[in-house]
Amino acid sequence: MTELQAEGLTCSRGGREVFRNVSFKVPAGAALIVTGRNGAGKSSLLRMIAGLVRIAAGRLSLNGGPAGTPIGEQAHYLSHQDAMKPSLTVAENLHFWMRFLGSRNDIRPALELLDLAPLADLPAAYLSAGQRRRLSVARIVAVSRPVWLLDEPTSTLDAPSQGRLSDIMRGHLAGGGIIVAAAHGPIGLERARELKLGAA
Amino acid sequence: MNPLAAILLRDMRLAVRVGGGAFMGALFFLIVITMTPFAVGPDLALLARIGPAILWIGALLASLLALDRLFATDHDDGSLDLLMMGEVPLELTVAAKALAHWLTTGLPLVVVAPLLGLMLNVDMHALGWLTLTLAAGTPALTFIGLIGAALSVALRRGGLLLAVLVLPLTVPVLIFGVAAANAAIAGPTPFGPAFTILCALSLASLVLGPIAATAALRHGLE
Repeated sequence: MTELQAEGLTCSRGGREVFRNVSFKVPAGAALIVTGRNGAGKSSLLRMIAGLVRIAAGRLSLNGGPAGTPIGEQAHYLSHQDAMKPSLTVAENLHFWMRFLGSRNDIRPALELLDLAPLADLPAAYLSAGQRRRLSVARIVAVSRPVWLLDEPTSTLDAPSQGRLSDIMRGHLAGGGIIVAAAHGPIGLERARELKLGAA
Repeated sequence: MNPLAAILLRDMRLAVRVGGGAFMGALFFLIVITMTPFAVGPDLALLARIGPAILWIGALLASLLALDRLFATDHDDGSLDLLMMGEVPLELTVAAKALAHWLTTGLPLVVVAPLLGLMLNVDMHALGWLTLTLAAGTPALTFIGLIGAALSVALRRGGLLLAVLVLPLTVPVLIFGVAAANAAIAGPTPFGPAFTILCALSLASLVLGPIAATAALRHGLE
């Protein structure tokens, strides 16, 4: 059984300690909502799990995954930046990320799931913030990876899209996935555990 | 399509789309070479003598031109984070990006070089050899520049710093590139040794550039 486990994580960035001694366990099929003030280290924690920020102290492991593979290679990271090129079309952007992440599937199902199919041939420069967000979600839906790291996933999304995203996240959990999300408000997942950073 | 081909295709596509900057280097090269005879004056013998050096300097500056955007755009829109999280080793990802950069900015320089050589009164028979030295040497410029691009990735307006960091490292390439070209044109030294060293410099930078750039990226993002 897959399980994401953190013991005594400490993060320091630019010589300043952001958080210390953070521990949690997220088993397969469960979600962890990371909350806390601005600057409490929510995004840093997600980036640390993704392998993009060095672990100053502590241990982070994904049990039950393929041995020797960094967690970052088994995780999707949805940040505030959408990683989409304005001069490429919606389809080209998604196609690139799917091929880069090793998927040979068709891009259509993911586009249709996020209501982006009519925009497929539009350069991403013309998308609204919410549409760009949906395109990012299409990327993580299109390629299967067990751990999803979502940084305020519902921001910029309208109510119907938030509902759609909740369904997608529930589907991922039902399939044995793991979600770690940073959020200020509810993201539509019941029975998610909460980790409050900066409480001490 | 494998991940590296996907990167190569994406970066080449981005380079030729609006705001991509492919061929800007070649245009800059054209302008620099066109200005030179105006500065030097109508002395054909002098032009022919300094022609290879001017072409090499022009190619060097032109290949630096778009280099600062190599990682900066990917850094600004979050793509770099995802590239670092891929299963593909980052060294290969970086090398694929550099190759795409060379194909869209370095190769056009090589293609227009014979034409510009004519403007500098370089001997017709030597044009081929001169172009060959640029074809062998410009990959080294791109792959050495890669290190500077990776070091200055998180800096706003890192272009100037990049030039200061990279230009000294390209000195050996410049020396042996011009030496080989001059040997082909005027002699008396043979073309072979200088050209072989130039090729060796290129091959070494193809390997060392991505490794150093990857180390710089990993360090810089923490």
